[in-house]
Amino acid sequence: MSEHSTYMTKAIGPLPFCPGCGHTTIIKALDKALVKLQPDPAKVVIVTDIGCIGLSDRYFTTSAFHGLHGRSITYACGLKLARPELTVVALKGDGGCGIGGTHLLNVARRNIGITLIVANNFNYGMTGGQHSVTTPSDATTSTTPWGNVERPMDLAATAAAAGAAWVNRTTSFDGQLSDIIATAIQQPGFAMLDIWELCMAYYAPRNKLRKSGLTAMLDEYGFELGQIADRPRPEYSERYRAVFQQRRTEERARPAIEVEFGNAVPRQTGIIIAGSAGQKIKSTASLFARAAMASGLHATQKDDYPITVMTGHSVAELIISPERIDYTGIDSPDFFILLSEDGLNRTRKQVEKLPETCVLYAEETIRLPKTRARVRRYPFIAAARKVSKLSLASLALATMIEEKGFFPLDAMSWAISSFQKPKVAETNLKAVAAGSALAQGHQPEHQPERDQS
Amino acid sequence: MGYEFIEGNEAISRAAIKAGCDFFAGYPITPASSILQYMLKLLPPLGGTAIQAEDEIASMGFCIGAAMAGRKVMTATSGPGISLYSENIGLAIMGETPMVIVNIQRQGPATGSATKGAESDIQFTRWSTSGGLPIIALSPATVTEAYELTFRAFNMAEQYRVPVFLLGNKEIGVMQEGVDLDKVELPPLYNRRKIPADKPVHPHDFESPSDVPAMADFGGDRVVRYTTSTHDKAAYLTTDPVLIEEMLEHYRAKIETAIHDIALYREDFQEGAETLVVSYGVTSRSVAVAVRQARSAGQKVSSLVLQTLWPVPSKAILAAMDGIKKVIVPEMNLGQYILEIERLAPKGIQVVGVSKMNTKLLSPSEILGKGGLL
Repeated sequence: MSEHSTYMTKAIGPLPFCPGCGHTTIIKALDKALVKLQPDPAKVVIVTDIGCIGLSDRYFTTSAFHGLHGRSITYACGLKLARPELTVVALKGDGGCGIGGTHLLNVARRNIGITLIVANNFNYGMTGGQHSVTTPSDATTSTTPWGNVERPMDLAATAAAAGAAWVNRTTSFDGQLSDIIATAIQQPGFAMLDIWELCMAYYAPRNKLRKSGLTAMLDEYGFELGQIADRPRPEYSERYRAVFQQRRTEERARPAIEVEFGNAVPRQTGIIIAGSAGQKIKSTASLFARAAMASGLHATQKDDYPITVMTGHSVAELIISPERIDYTGIDSPDFFILLSEDGLNRTRKQVEKLPETCVLYAEETIRLPKTRARVRRYPFIAAARKVSKLSLASLALATMIEEKGFFPLDAMSWAISSFQKPKVAETNLKAVAAGSALAQGHQPEHQPERDQS
Repeated sequence: MGYEFIEGNEAISRAAIKAGCDFFAGYPITPASSILQYMLKLLPPLGGTAIQAEDEIASMGFCIGAAMAGRKVMTATSGPGISLYSENIGLAIMGETPMVIVNIQRQGPATGSATKGAESDIQFTRWSTSGGLPIIALSPATVTEAYELTFRAFNMAEQYRVPVFLLGNKEIGVMQEGVDLDKVELPPLYNRRKIPADKPVHPHDFESPSDVPAMADFGGDRVVRYTTSTHDKAAYLTTDPVLIEEMLEHYRAKIETAIHDIALYREDFQEGAETLVVSYGVTSRSVAVAVRQARSAGQKVSSLVLQTLWPVPSKAILAAMDGIKKVIVPEMNLGQYILEIERLAPKGIQVVGVSKMNTKLLSPSEILGKGGLL
């Protein structure tokens, strides 16, 4: 490959920046750094933010990506994650570091191997010289006409504090600038260069800032110049490949459901199971659904539980049907299983409105509100305690299956054995037997109960 | 896999894998979080990348960067996340970026009811971004359809170089039902068209405005450009009003002239019906029951279920309205897609909305009652 003497084109004219603007120096130094490193231009992506610095990508003969304000880091990361072999250089201003602050913190923390060059001139040059997150206190800008009452952010120290592997701060007047940029690009991990410079249109004239004033500003705030961090660690994609891609999913392959059992469900049937977090309501309901499917039925399930998943109610809505299930709401449940006070508290209004066609299986210790449902009282909790309290839902569902004969209990046992880990399955199979025994020693169905409260 | 009992979000994730998705970025949000979790499990062993971003904005930024570097990308969120996606949806349209955006809708506005279903974002999806340029949006009614439409969304994203939305609903995303995904009929996979080696790398090249340009990936053999600004065919910034107008017409025309290829819908017409129900998503399942009930009560009713919401399948809607006197539009919102039906309905056709926005499904009896079908 012939040597590249420049990575810039003159085809669209000279750089567009104001006379004396530090951006021109920075862009030329970046070009010089690339010439030093001699990458294939197609394997380099210059990613630019919005701001005057964002005008620069089209002067490069490399690939270029000009994105939205503050987001250049995210596109640069996307490109780098997709193709870790690329050299990705993001150019942004101090303004972009404000609006995109979280992206700066997170790329530093993740150590995604892009190079970030911040052209830091303490104000928004593109939009008329408004103050930015790096504007010094008391400085005059178009949005701080009486002086800036905010304190400037130390971008370099912030990136370092967030875990950046390589951070350097210098000024556009640094004779070594292109070498520093080249070193930054050569870092395998995230590298950030905070380059202080003068905005000749706004900040410098308004605040009488000259080259000498830059170091005075550094001293005033105690901000460091030079290498702020240099502590290489594995780049993100390298870590990702080592940790994620070597890993094979440990989950057991789920068996397919074959129709092996018969059923006696003549029409779409809605079943609600209401209990508490920790009672395995959701997982047991889905075993019931799979058992129904293995018995030639269609099934749907929806769950309701609080955001704080280890406390409060857990309610599962099941529909089983010999026909395709279209409407998945249960306006009038056919069966209702109530296993705890939490479950009742969540569904009280529903329980109060249950029709007389509904059979309500209620744990016998729960005080029920007035309901027209046909109530079946069972000592589910006491019976489950003899097996395992985690098997309460299996036990109660088995009682209902045994009584109503939706499908053989063997279907439920098949689902338990097929989809649960052997130890858990063993317990739940015992619970199924216990639930079945409860049903067999049954009492006749109650008439609608009086309000007990 | 055979017959399974899975939730919609799992079907969406597995369809993405089937379609060759090899990059996913997302941010946790109810009720879409499980897609992020599935993708984090499914992608890495296949050599793909899935990452939890620092926010929704970064999710989109990562995806756009990766898509332009040759990956097939997907992200997933819900209403509040779409709000944050907005600026980058505009960028993806501007850069003609193929990507699939899953929105498992929940009830808004704002945080709304985080764990409850809705069809909150129907018009928002179409108009979420400055400039108002068209996108594609598909809406599944079942877990099986979520699988099929996700696969098709990837094809459409590549074919039309535009963000394609899968407009889900909590009521599908986190509902489990029986599926046999092996039996789902899928179209052939559409492979991204690449700029031939003898042609210049003009990422937005077209002869006719409705042409979809071929792509060159970042990191390929040749230098390529991408820009958020108004640009020419080579992706260089332009302020020339003629070039700008030509490019914007291209963005419009490539989607709108393809409406009839993008349009997916199901028709259940009854001879002599003067009433038509137009529905989409999970609500169409209630409509199916309502229509059966109305017919068994002696009513004549036709039903049109839209799977493609954007661009509006206007030809199919107009054809369905032929001979119809009344159109019923049930929706889990305050009446959003009805605006499109009202716009299309010829004079003299009565358009009746059945709206519900209280986190609950519209029931068949509500559709019958409020739609005047009883």
